[in-house]
Formats: sequence, C-alpha cells, structure tokens
Amino acid sequence: MTARMDKRFADLAAEGRPALVTYFMGGDPDYASSLEIMKALPKAGSDVIELGMPFSDPMADGPAIQVAGQRALKAGQTLAKTIQMARDFRREDDATPIVMMGYYNPIYIYGVERFLDDAVEAGIDGLIVVDLPPEMDDELCIPALARGINFIRLATPTTDEKRLPAVLKNTSGFVYYVSMNGITGSALPDPSLIGDAVGRIKAHTRLPVCVGFGVKTAEHARAIGASADGVVVGTTIVNQIASSLTADGKASAATVPGVETLVRSLASGVRASRLAAAE
Amino acid sequence: MNQSPNLNSFREGPDEDGRFGIFGGRFVAETLMPLILDLQEEWNKAKTDPAFQAELKDLGAHYIGRPSPLYYAERLTQHLGGAKIYFKREELNHTGSHKINNCIGQILLAKRMGKTRIIAETGAGQHGVASATVAARFGLPCVVYMGATDVERQAPNVFRMKLLGAEVKPVTAGSGTLKDAMNEALRDWVTNVDDTYYLIGTAAGPHPYPELVRDFQSVIGTEAREQILAAEGRLPDMVIAAVGGGSNAIGIFHPFLDDKDVQIVGVEAGGRGLEGEEHCASLTAGSPGVLHGNRTYLLQDEDGQIKEGHSISAGLDYPGIGPEHAWLHDIGRAEYVPIMDDEALEAFQLLTRLEGIIPALEPSHAIAEVIKRAPKMGKDQIILMNLSGRGDKDIFTVGKILGMEL
Ligand SMILES: Cc1ncc(COP(=O)(O)O)c(C=O)c1O
Repeated sequence: MTARMDKRFADLAAEGRPALVTYFMGGDPDYASSLEIMKALPKAGSDVIELGMPFSDPMADGPAIQVAGQRALKAGQTLAKTIQMARDFRREDDATPIVMMGYYNPIYIYGVERFLDDAVEAGIDGLIVVDLPPEMDDELCIPALARGINFIRLATPTTDEKRLPAVLKNTSGFVYYVSMNGITGSALPDPSLIGDAVGRIKAHTRLPVCVGFGVKTAEHARAIGASADGVVVGTTIVNQIASSLTADGKASAATVPGVETLVRSLASGVRASRLAAAE
Repeated sequence: MNQSPNLNSFREGPDEDGRFGIFGGRFVAETLMPLILDLQEEWNKAKTDPAFQAELKDLGAHYIGRPSPLYYAERLTQHLGGAKIYFKREELNHTGSHKINNCIGQILLAKRMGKTRIIAETGAGQHGVASATVAARFGLPCVVYMGATDVERQAPNVFRMKLLGAEVKPVTAGSGTLKDAMNEALRDWVTNVDDTYYLIGTAAGPHPYPELVRDFQSVIGTEAREQILAAEGRLPDMVIAAVGGGSNAIGIFHPFLDDKDVQIVGVEAGGRGLEGEEHCASLTAGSPGVLHGNRTYLLQDEDGQIKEGHSISAGLDYPGIGPEHAWLHDIGRAEYVPIMDDEALEAFQLLTRLEGIIPALEPSHAIAEVIKRAPKMGKDQIILMNLSGRGDKDIFTVGKILGMEL
C-alpha cells in the first residue's frame, strides 16, 4: 500500500542506519532548478524527500523557509506545479519516497479529492500538513489513508503522554518528532533530551521516528541519528540554496552543486551514526 | 454534529469542536494544540465561576467605564429624515474602543492560567494599545507584533504602546500588515509555550478564541438591548456594525440573533472597489478557506494563496473574518455589505459636524451604511449602530487625504 516508504525504512533498518530526510521548497528559486535539486538529493545520499508546498502564510516556519516560499510563489509555483514536480521526478526515480509538506489551504482550494487523486497518480507517498492536528483528521488524513497515502504527523515537546496516543492514532509512514517548541530554523537542542523523547514515542508506536528542527551539520546528523530512525534537514538546505543565488534571486551555476555537497556531507553523518550505534 | 442542540436558536454555537456550521475549527500546529485545549478548559471553568464574573464586572464598571451610553443621534436622524438612529458609544471606553472589553477578559484568563507574558497582534494599533494597557494594569510584560507598514502609518499608537511599557516588534515578513503580524505572534507562541498567553484581538483564530472573544464583547449587545428597551420600550428594527475580524460586530449582534424581527447588517471594507484587489470584503468577495486556525471566508487566489487586502482603515485591513460571521452569512441570518473608502471618509466628516463625535474610520463604515438605509426607513423605525471607536488615532490619515498639514 505504502510500498516505497515501508520498503525504504525496512531496508535502512536492515542496514542499521538512520534515514536522511531532506526538505526543500518546491519551485525555489524556479521550477527547472528546483526539479534539478530534487533529482540531485537521492544521488547525494538522501533517503526520503520532503517536497515543500509554498504558502503565503507559513505560520510554523522561520524566516529562511518563509522567504523560500515567497521566491517560489514569485516564480509562479502553484500546487499543481508542485505535484507535477513529483511526477517529473518519478520518471527517473521510483524508489525514493516523496512526502509533500505544507499547509492546508492550497490543498483545500485545489479540492481534497482531486488533490489525493493527483498525488497518488504522481507517485507521492506521504503528506505532512502542519495545520491539521488529529482533531481535524476528517479533513484530509482519513481520506488520504483511504487512498494509501501516508499521513505523517508531527509530535512535539508539548505532546505529552496523555496526548501522544491521539497524535499517533492515524499516523502512518513515520512519526516526525519536532525536537523543540518553535519554528523551523531555530537552534539545535541537546541531543540527549532528544534521545529520551524518541524513546518515549517509540514506547507507543512501531513506526519509525524521524527527528527534525535545528539539524545543520553532519555532526548534528550523526548525533541525532544515534537515537532516531531518521534525521530531517530543511532550513540548512534552503539556506544553502539562498546563498547560491545571484543578486536578483536567480539560480546560479553553484545552486545545484552546492546542495549536492551539503547533502553528501549530511549523508556521511547519518552513515557514521550506524558505526557509532554498532559499537 | 454541526447543528446546535436548540434548532430554534442562532446563539448556541460553536459546537464542542469549535464549529459554526462548516466554519471555525482548530487548524493549528501540533505544538499549539495542548495550549488551546488548556485555554478552552480554563475558559469553561471561568465562564461559570462567580468570582471571575464579579472581577470582570468590577473592572468593566471602574476601569473601562461600563455600561457605555446608548445615545440617540437626534441631528443625524433629522438630517437623514428616516429611521431613528441610536449609537452604542463604545468609543467612550477607556483606550477609546471596544477592544478593551476583550483585553480585560483575556488578561483575567491569563492570570488564572498562571501565564507571565502577554503577546498580541495589532493592525491599527487599537488592540495593541488595549493589550499594552491591561498588561500594564496587571504588571505583565507585553510584546505586540505589528506590521512594519502599520508601524509607519500608525505612529501615535506605537508611541502609546511604548509609553505603556510594551515592546512593539515591527514585522517585515510578507507585506508587513495585520495578517503578517498574526503569523509572527503565532510563531512567538509556538516558541514560548510555557509562560506566554496569546491575547488575540478579534473574534477569529482557532477555537476557543472566536467564542471567548465574542462572549467578552457581547456585553455591548446585552447592555444595548436593555438600554433600547428602556428608551423605546421595544427592540430596534436593525443593528449595524463594521466588520474587520468581527469582534465589535459579533458583540452587538449576538444578543439580538434570536430576535427574529431584528435585521442584522455587517459592514465590510470595500476599499477602492470590489472589482480589483484593493478591498477587504472577505464575505462579499472572498471564498471559504483555512487561515490562522479557522475555516472562514478569505481573500485568496485560485491557488489558495492569501491576498493582501486594502482599506483606508487599518483596523479593517484583514483578509479574513471571524468564523461565526461566515456562518451567519451562509445561513442568511445576517447580511454583509461593502462600504468604500470614500463613503467612509464622507460619513466620518458628516458625523463629526452633525453630532460633535469624531468616529474612528472603522465605525465610519457602519455610519455610511446608516446614511444609506435610514432615509429609506420609516420615522417610527429604529437603527442601532455600534460606534466601536473614536477617531483620534485617524486624524493624521484623514488629514493627509483631505490635504491638511498637521
Ligand atoms: C474602533 C475599531 N472598530 C473596529 C475594528 C475592527 O475590528 P473588529 O471587527 O474585531 O471589531 C477595530 C480594529 O482595530 C477598531 O479599532
């Protein structure tokens, strides 16, 4: 049903290392460059791709991802084009799971049924919709699960023992543990606290637990990966893209290679994590 | 589930999931869910706690100056030659608008919850000033998010907030207006979950905000209903209020919703006209969508991206509207109409000259609708209008448009 996702995490478990989950904003800085970035990610060592859907009002994102979304929208990105990006990617890569991440309104306006039909057909494996907590499951989560699309939920430090079962109830694919209360792009908290939190979640679910928010370097990825099934990196990649742009915000010759170099380094971090765990 | 238990009442919403029909709800990040559930629990307790209600009432009487007067606008009535016009004088409240009713209520909730830091968003600065005021009164630090564009065009209110000890943080993200300020306040809240209370300024946002803001503002309609019965021995034929996010409007409407013969009219900012994009008429010209924690009518494009509105009045410059208004609109219990910038400006001047009351630009929109309706109504009919704020804050904007140096 969710074959690509389940197979990917099963393979990684067999390999004994955490997944590298990479986020980028669909359409940033333009469609063609963004598609090149997407294709480069698995080649550089990314195991799961989070494809950002730009939204005018990203309430849970820090400045870097806000601005990336604005660049994408300015370049003409729409939800239809973000789905098309996944479709284009799938022509070359049928193994790397794609999770679309963003906010509900563009999906609601596109039409939930139509969106899910198109997402299935384009080869999308999962959804992370920041502003749909379990209380709102009837909106998109339940219909998505019925089509075999994973609905990946965020758990946060405010998700206490009492609330955790509700958060995990309709979650599938993996659980995304947001390592701190805050917006994307903040500082990395203490890895040992993260380990405790991952353990707490794992006591309630057999799903893989991936950890994100604040991961910037290979060393962070290694440290977090010691206790998690996956490490999510977003803002650092988005910042790398931003720093490669020309003065007028266009892609340069350094844009795609810059992402490749960064992701290769992060990938070495999660791979070193396996060695650490094996000791 | 979406139906109120009492099918004959329009006053029973929202349901326990925070829905008014399909509108409302709790569309927030997981980090905030436990916080809004806590708030709801505390609100449910406070609602029925006599001590809480007594403190609210006492501060209402001695700090805000309630009840606000109901005023028969004799000269405006004569001038228009139709229905009798009454104003509910919310502009006489402490800080100059209805916003303080909600702020006093919410800061008492914050205190009950043991919160030690207040954050708020503001457009015109009226809610920011009211928040800074109650924060000063209760000795709590206060951070107000305000779009950078608004910081510039509302300088006197920025100064007031600073005098009151609040920190005003200009928001440059997006286009630097109210919706961006609200995004930034939400970002602050997800970062400072333990000690911070988010004091939302209008009847919008995730459940329970639309309900609790309405309940704190309903004092307006509850008083007005008694006052008009005392003055005229009957209910008004029509109640009119300006609608930004919708708090002053729902406050005066709600106690009249079950009075079937009372016509209810909300006035949206038509800006420079509904044909283009320079307006804030979310109900008249928008469509349902999800933003800032609730489903409601929004100004948006075909891709679901939120548009920037425009209004001469910064307090109506918001691309959404409270969910209860969206519901009242869809079921037809209330009617919503646009008023253009120039009509509001004319009404502002007319009221100033005829009644010696300088209204804020927000209720000037409601006055403009009164000017259209009253002459078509009989002399034995009554219009009740919410005069939600005074115009001191707007004299610079108006002066500039009228070409006067201040
Ligand atoms: C005097 C006054 N009236 C009305 C409004 C609009 O807000 P609401 O629709 O929540 O009453 C504002 C907002 O700043 C205001 O200052």
